[in-house]
Amino acid sequence: MRRRIGIDVGGTNTDAVLLEGDAVAAAVKTPTTPDVTGGITRALADLVRQAPAARAAAAVMIGTTHFTNAVVQRRDLDRVAAVRIGLPSGASLPPFVDWPDDLAALVRGEVIMLEGGHEFDGRPLVPFDVEGMREAARRIRAAGIASVGVASVFSPLNAACEDEAAAILREECPDVAVTLSHRLGRIGLLERENATLLNACLVALARKTTRAFTEALAASGIAAPLYLTQNDGTVMLAEVAEAYPVYSFASGPTNSMRGAAFLSKRDEALVIDVGGTTTDVGSLRHGFPREANNVVEIGGVRTLFRMPDLLSMGLGGGTRVTGDPLAIGPASVGYRLTEQALVFGGDVLTVTDVAVAAGLIDLGDRRRVTALPATLIGAALARIHAMIEEGVDRMKTDAGEAPLIAVGGGSFLVPPRLAGVSEVVTVPHQAVANAVGAAIAQVSGEVDQIFQNLSRDEAIARARHLAEAKAVEAGADPATLTVVEVEDLPLSYLPGNSLRTRVRVVGEIAR
Amino acid sequence: MRPVGLDEIESLAIGAWILGTGGGGSPYLALLNMRQLYRRGVACRLLDAAELADDDLVAVVSNMGAPLVGQERLTDPRTMALAITMMEEYLGRKFRAVMSLEIGGGNSIQPFMGAAVLDLPVVDADCMGRAFPEAQMTSFAIHDLRMYPLTLADVRDNAVVVARAASWKWMERISRKACVEVGSIASTCKAPRTGKEVKECAILGSTTKAIGIGRAVQAARRAHRDPIEAVLALEGGRKLFTGKIDDIARRTTEGFLRGTAALDGLDAFRGHRFALAFQNEFAVGWLDGEPHVMTPDLICVLDTVSGDAIGTETLRYGQRVTVIALPAPPVLLTPKGLEHVGPRAFGYDLDFHSVFA
Repeated sequence: MRRRIGIDVGGTNTDAVLLEGDAVAAAVKTPTTPDVTGGITRALADLVRQAPAARAAAAVMIGTTHFTNAVVQRRDLDRVAAVRIGLPSGASLPPFVDWPDDLAALVRGEVIMLEGGHEFDGRPLVPFDVEGMREAARRIRAAGIASVGVASVFSPLNAACEDEAAAILREECPDVAVTLSHRLGRIGLLERENATLLNACLVALARKTTRAFTEALAASGIAAPLYLTQNDGTVMLAEVAEAYPVYSFASGPTNSMRGAAFLSKRDEALVIDVGGTTTDVGSLRHGFPREANNVVEIGGVRTLFRMPDLLSMGLGGGTRVTGDPLAIGPASVGYRLTEQALVFGGDVLTVTDVAVAAGLIDLGDRRRVTALPATLIGAALARIHAMIEEGVDRMKTDAGEAPLIAVGGGSFLVPPRLAGVSEVVTVPHQAVANAVGAAIAQVSGEVDQIFQNLSRDEAIARARHLAEAKAVEAGADPATLTVVEVEDLPLSYLPGNSLRTRVRVVGEIAR
Repeated sequence: MRPVGLDEIESLAIGAWILGTGGGGSPYLALLNMRQLYRRGVACRLLDAAELADDDLVAVVSNMGAPLVGQERLTDPRTMALAITMMEEYLGRKFRAVMSLEIGGGNSIQPFMGAAVLDLPVVDADCMGRAFPEAQMTSFAIHDLRMYPLTLADVRDNAVVVARAASWKWMERISRKACVEVGSIASTCKAPRTGKEVKECAILGSTTKAIGIGRAVQAARRAHRDPIEAVLALEGGRKLFTGKIDDIARRTTEGFLRGTAALDGLDAFRGHRFALAFQNEFAVGWLDGEPHVMTPDLICVLDTVSGDAIGTETLRYGQRVTVIALPAPPVLLTPKGLEHVGPRAFGYDLDFHSVFA
């Protein structure tokens, strides 16, 4: 029997599940602790108590919002050196140029701009300034900086300059951590560089956190290898993943969507996760969240890399409701719901109170909301349903009806019928869907590249081949690879029928 | 002549993106450059065309190339300035001011980048009043002004002068070829114009207009009013449709992004359908299958809630959008103007009919 443990470390709760084959054998929920590992140790202990077979798990997958929170809250970030390769191009817009001032002040160490980089068709822009790179490496060492982010013009198409820079850094300052932008993908220099620098400033925290996870696992008597889950619903071995903390930025919502797919046994569906403060809506394609094709801001920094396409709305169980004129949120009482909501003895009208008054759920003291005017309840509920309906529709990619899987503590707000939705699906274990999503994660490979003078089919075949090679390199079993995403976008003003093609494949972990 | 503050450049970026009618490229990177320049103490000036002497010389500039390449090879004020000084050297004369080729999209800010480096004023004018995909789609071409010389500067030490061209079409072909060779991105200075030509043949006041549109959007957002209504009121525009995009098809042919988008009506337009066709910019719109709006009337697609313009490259299923029309500059509506920029210039066998007629 294939046993896997999935853990989701959220801001409020740490959830853990044991999967035996396709069945949830045990599930626990514990409060997240400030040191993170305390919560994990406790969750694992609870899990082993519930199901002693958990000790024999073959793999443990952890998903965490720890690194995103560090950026948003501006804590535990390292000062980094930014190396931009692309002069004479882009000289007027140096690294960190569009960062919020407070974050740049914390993270910006050395800024080095060097000649080099490539054209869109792979030709060199100018020869790489190797001597300048060597000098820069010495400067970085002298400044005592421990982490470097390197971004070269058009490196997703030709990574030679970044690879050479990394080799020089290894020679001159072997102890620094190096993040190369082509490893994070996407065309769009500033946004890719931003993701690279965010990654660089989190590497030390990621290393520390990952090692603490490993210790927590060892202390629990579980000998299985540890994986960290990624934004795209796949995993990397912890010792590899600790070099790419940005890849776990959105692993929370992603795991929740993947868990919803698994628990409902549906691969093509929309997912709505209604929490206490916000509602996330996403779209599953082949069981994976559809990726965002546009800029995603993290802590005020514009980035473009592998992130799920999510719509977040200020709607949850704790969202405040006011009458006259009717307004739903976006303010929320958050985790103080159980003190401040009317049904819990408080004096704030929340969405939960509306749901209790309307008979959607039985929580707290129902009598405390019987005096609310029926017109207000009806109007508030209609508005909530309209918000959900519009949010769900925005995440669809075509006009056909699609099923909607509802998860999260506030999923009672999702009406059983919605326009454009074929059916609303509810699942067992929906409260730990995110930990389930972590437990079922696979390994992926992705390519995003411009192809010229190829037919659409030829370009996709070429991209697929490259993506498969990357997945195998990342630890996938070649026999289990499947394509989960194909996208092509013709480019205006480029000659030779240029096509930007993105292909992603996934496979089971090779053993 | 008056000073221009950074706040006005910020407004310009918003207004110019709306006047881009779906094309022209995002002004974001050009705006970032201006923020850097202002931080270093640069102050731009805006010159009314009426202040130009007839024999003053004006540089008409634009950034040329593929928007996607521009995402990697970031636009730089010095390259723009280089194209201008190259032209001065070629002509053996100094420019009095700089102006924009097209006010729609990122090229609205390019003249400010070059002008900031060279300490020249920017003329409050352009020669499209919006964005268009081809070189002959300008008020100067409509007035049969000379289309050469043109200078093209690459960020490396590559410079091209197109000394003569037999027609606008030839100018487009030759300069496009050079642009592709240097990596599909280059700063260009188009055929220089005299003060007299600018006063008689340019579309005047378009920079101020774009700044005003951006300001109206910002003010409406601050006051929690509808930014789209604010734009319509300011410009005498017309709301054509509100709906959601339920189909989108794009393809690249002959170096252009062509395609169609279909909208299903919402609110007052429930039960109706709208279709849009584009070649980089929106060209024609059909209401319930009947031609309803067409180029050169400005067809702008805005996010229904934020009022932000949506480019033809970023249209996607499910977006809630409002389609509005803004009046085109009169020169584009003349019989000669319609030959250059009317529906037939984009391959649609339709007699032009303005929604404002």
